[in-house]
Amino acid sequence: MNVTSKTTLGFWIYLMTDCILFSVLFATYAVLHHNTFGGPSGQDLFELPFVLKETLLLLTSSFTCGLALIFARQNRQELALGWLGVTFLLGATFLALELHEFSTLVAEGNSWRRSGFLTAFFTLVGTHGLHIAIGLTWAGVLALQVKSRGFTEGVLRRLTLFSMFWHFLDVIWIFIFTVVYLMGVAG
Amino acid sequence: MLGKLTFDAFPHDLVILGGVATMALGIASIIGVLTYFKKWRWLWREWLTSLDPKRIGVMYIIVATVMLLRGVGDAVLIRAQQVLTASDHGILSSDHFQQIFSAHGTIMIFFVAMGVIFGLMNLLVPLMIGARDVAFPFLNATSFWLFVAGAVLVNLSLAIGEFSATGWLAYPPLSGIQFSPGVGVDYWIWALQIAGAGSLLSGINFLVTILKMRAPGMTMMRMPLFVWSCLGSLVLIVFAFPILTATLGMLSLDRLIGAHFFTSDFGGNPMMYVNLIWAWGHPEVYILILPAFGVFSEVVATFSSKRLFGYTSMVWAIAAITFLSFVVWLHHFFTMGAGANVNAFFGVMTMIIAVPTGVKVFNWLFTMYRGRVRLTTPILWFLGFVVTFTIGGMAGVMMAVPAIDFQVHNSLFLVAHFHTMIIGGVLFGAFAAFSYWFPKFTGFVLHETLGKLSFFAWLIGFLLAFGPLYILGMMGATRRLDHYDPSLGWQWLFMVAGFGVLWILLGIGLQILQLVVSIWQRKKYVDATGDPWGGRTLEWATSSPPPFYNFAIIPHVGERDAFWAMKQHKKQSSTPKYEPIYLPKNTPLGLYIAACALVFGFAVIWHIWWLAFVGFIGIVVLLIVRVGDDDTEYEVSVATIRKIEEARGR
Repeated sequence: MNVTSKTTLGFWIYLMTDCILFSVLFATYAVLHHNTFGGPSGQDLFELPFVLKETLLLLTSSFTCGLALIFARQNRQELALGWLGVTFLLGATFLALELHEFSTLVAEGNSWRRSGFLTAFFTLVGTHGLHIAIGLTWAGVLALQVKSRGFTEGVLRRLTLFSMFWHFLDVIWIFIFTVVYLMGVAG
Repeated sequence: MLGKLTFDAFPHDLVILGGVATMALGIASIIGVLTYFKKWRWLWREWLTSLDPKRIGVMYIIVATVMLLRGVGDAVLIRAQQVLTASDHGILSSDHFQQIFSAHGTIMIFFVAMGVIFGLMNLLVPLMIGARDVAFPFLNATSFWLFVAGAVLVNLSLAIGEFSATGWLAYPPLSGIQFSPGVGVDYWIWALQIAGAGSLLSGINFLVTILKMRAPGMTMMRMPLFVWSCLGSLVLIVFAFPILTATLGMLSLDRLIGAHFFTSDFGGNPMMYVNLIWAWGHPEVYILILPAFGVFSEVVATFSSKRLFGYTSMVWAIAAITFLSFVVWLHHFFTMGAGANVNAFFGVMTMIIAVPTGVKVFNWLFTMYRGRVRLTTPILWFLGFVVTFTIGGMAGVMMAVPAIDFQVHNSLFLVAHFHTMIIGGVLFGAFAAFSYWFPKFTGFVLHETLGKLSFFAWLIGFLLAFGPLYILGMMGATRRLDHYDPSLGWQWLFMVAGFGVLWILLGIGLQILQLVVSIWQRKKYVDATGDPWGGRTLEWATSSPPPFYNFAIIPHVGERDAFWAMKQHKKQSSTPKYEPIYLPKNTPLGLYIAACALVFGFAVIWHIWWLAFVGFIGIVVLLIVRVGDDDTEYEVSVATIRKIEEARGR
């Protein structure tokens, strides 16, 4: 029985369940985003140039993740690890920027306690950020595995899954960028 | 250091203390027996660390049975309260009564019905599709232990703290921190969150198993109907459980960090919760009932000695139900006030579900028509199911009319309806499955007469216990009623219902007696053939109980009812050619992960943050350890297989 084909299908199904989890959060955001309860709205809070920076970082990281996978399949360990490292750094920078955005909002008194809108915003974007954090941990563990045992079948399989996960987070981010930030600024 | 956990959290009430004492006594006696017979090592090696789905399935059934007894105990208390309350204050305080009906619903759905469903899937799906294992054996064990962790949390709430008093679905704002400041709702959230994660993982696991691991020749349209019904149920799990995870997560954020998803101020929206929880909750009832339909399909065909009538239409009925169950959730709250058009849409959709369900009922009846029907216990459960399910289905179609629903919304009529569906459908299905497949996994059949007696006690008890609730609901009795005015004249109906519960208890007693007698005289009831009923599907092609590798040689399937066809053609090659089999090694890591999840859940409930951190890190470390282990399988040699297979022939 082909383990890789089973695992890949299973992981696809997992990604779809995660997609549904996000769609619940999107739906909740859509219902609550006008409920500012006298507090600031998206128009007052969001800075598009900043979010664009985040977006570009994440999109680039997806590209570098793809490069890492290609080199892994060619069994070129140095290059694969290098690009995996770049992916990690880009992801970590993205996460740092997001945390910076969050802490600024909280410091200005606009935390999730302020209104239903901000609750939905922090949860939707924060859940994506949490996934990024999990992805970073995963990338770290994978890098150690590549170092210690090279590209065995198992390690390659997990690299493929990681790359699916990372691309999936990119897709989710595109939706967040559009629905939360672009449409939020447009009002 | 210990968060909100203080000495006050331990029980002071006599009724609760009694419950805790019973639980402690039960655990102590099990530990005593295991120690006395020196069975710990055996238990650990053969069961607790096992990745064999047959073992895991049996453990699911055992946990579900224990939880069933707990849930029945709660039901008895509810009925007793409602019988006695007219003249007096009854036996329970309001708060305790609320905790009991919340626990009853939560336990029965999540830890009995779900446990039975996953137990049956574990036992039967691999065997029926001619596979040796599930797609991800380690994940399967982890799912099971997460389910156990959830069950432990529910029971722990009895001894430490309190359980949710907000009903089985915990609607906000009542379940928000403002109106439920205690730990009860948190227990509810984390028990469900942990068990729900297990269910979701199982859903993915079995979906891949069915899609990828069928024996050669078994196309989708050759699968046994039980497998089809599981497939429908699994698709629903995969689509619905993420909604539950997200919704519970949001409620938890409201309670823990002062978020405003479902609060009634600061721009929260409580009805959003009700929509979301039912977007999960309605598919959930079909997740439970579809496998029961599958059980009846197998039982009816086998005991009519005839192939199932209308296989293709049965498959399409399952597909239709799977789809439709996602577009009816709003019928649980027509009274929300979404407007006539919205209510009409959901009302019509709800009525349409009755069509594929009706198709199934008629197909079963047509299967029996002109079949050689043997009136065994499983077929009796099926006949009882047809009666109760039709009654409950009619009540359901009535309530699908929004105008009628406004009258009976949240009344005992509704309670009677869904108990008719879940007891008459899911539970009767589980009992049919129990007596049908019991010999497959033990090697001996159950005592037939006691089985029949218990069926009749259950059926009479069920009708007596829930018939009056339809009437009471029509008279205006709401659900979750801990007292009412004697002048209403309801008491005698509650007494009839209580009398029915006694019959149900008799039925349960007879079932336990049946089990004890059958085990006691197992030599007398032994089944050496592996096929005691003239079965049609592949699980009966193995010995009873099946060897741990299920099939020495993976069967080739040429048509539906594969085993039946094999028996008709019957050409055995003289010397079977065995090949080595690779199976997963036992591991306790799944159990450890669930233990960490239990610690994590308990710590969050009581706001013991350092402990939550420990639990969380534990899960991460264990996962990394498991992922790093590439050596997870062992080889079963040809000599071993030959030895086992030859022993079977004798």
